[in-house]
Amino acid sequence: MATLKAQIIEQLNLQEVKPEDIGDDTPLFKDGLGLDSIDALELIVLLQQHYRIRIANPEQGPEIFHSVRSIANFITAHQQQNQ
Amino acid sequence: MIRNNRIYRNNEVIWETPENQPLPDFLRAAYDHISGQYPKFHKMDHLSKLGWLAAEVLLQHRPFTRYAPEQVGLILANRSASLDTDLRYFDSIKEFPSPALFVYTLANIVMGEISIRHGFKGENAFFTSDRYDEVLLMDYTKQLLTEGAVSAVLCGWVEVMGSEYEVILHQIEK
Repeated sequence: MATLKAQIIEQLNLQEVKPEDIGDDTPLFKDGLGLDSIDALELIVLLQQHYRIRIANPEQGPEIFHSVRSIANFITAHQQQNQ
Repeated sequence: MIRNNRIYRNNEVIWETPENQPLPDFLRAAYDHISGQYPKFHKMDHLSKLGWLAAEVLLQHRPFTRYAPEQVGLILANRSASLDTDLRYFDSIKEFPSPALFVYTLANIVMGEISIRHGFKGENAFFTSDRYDEVLLMDYTKQLLTEGAVSAVLCGWVEVMGSEYEVILHQIEK
């Protein structure tokens, strides 16, 4: 998850945030890390760029992008599905 | 005023870095020196960063806090509109279009960033012209003040294209 946190920081240009500042289960939006709707789009780009994952159902977004752990779980499940 | 890696307030240099420092580094250093505590700054394009910093320099010194949000206007102008960011966005399309860049492909977004920071909700306009026409901007500003549309205005020139930039910002009050 450390790699994923570093990728999120780079993709979203969170220059004042360090990977260790982001808890595995910290909500990424609203009261947690405070990300916004443009950040959500950048996270979708991150999944496509780094993991070649396209989100087929946009309604899954809030569940997938809830926290670093939920994104990691989604990536892992996707990779296992494609093995 | 911001030019040649120097920040001026009332014609006095209040902060500077070496002239050969690249613009992104200058902007980051200026943010750290003048403000900090506003992480969204790092997501802005160069045009918004320049306008935001200039507004910060003026309003920290002389805030518009005695005016209602609807009574503060913004009148800005520049030569290149958002072309600097448009080209960066065009480059990003070759791989993955960047949503974060796309939102800055309008020149007037800089006014949105300043408004969000300071809570301004008044009249605003962004002009694009070859040169800084101070008379036009001042006449427009005076007209707004005379009509009572606003009681205070931030107005001026916020230009950036590549490594070339210049900001001239005035505070006008009734």
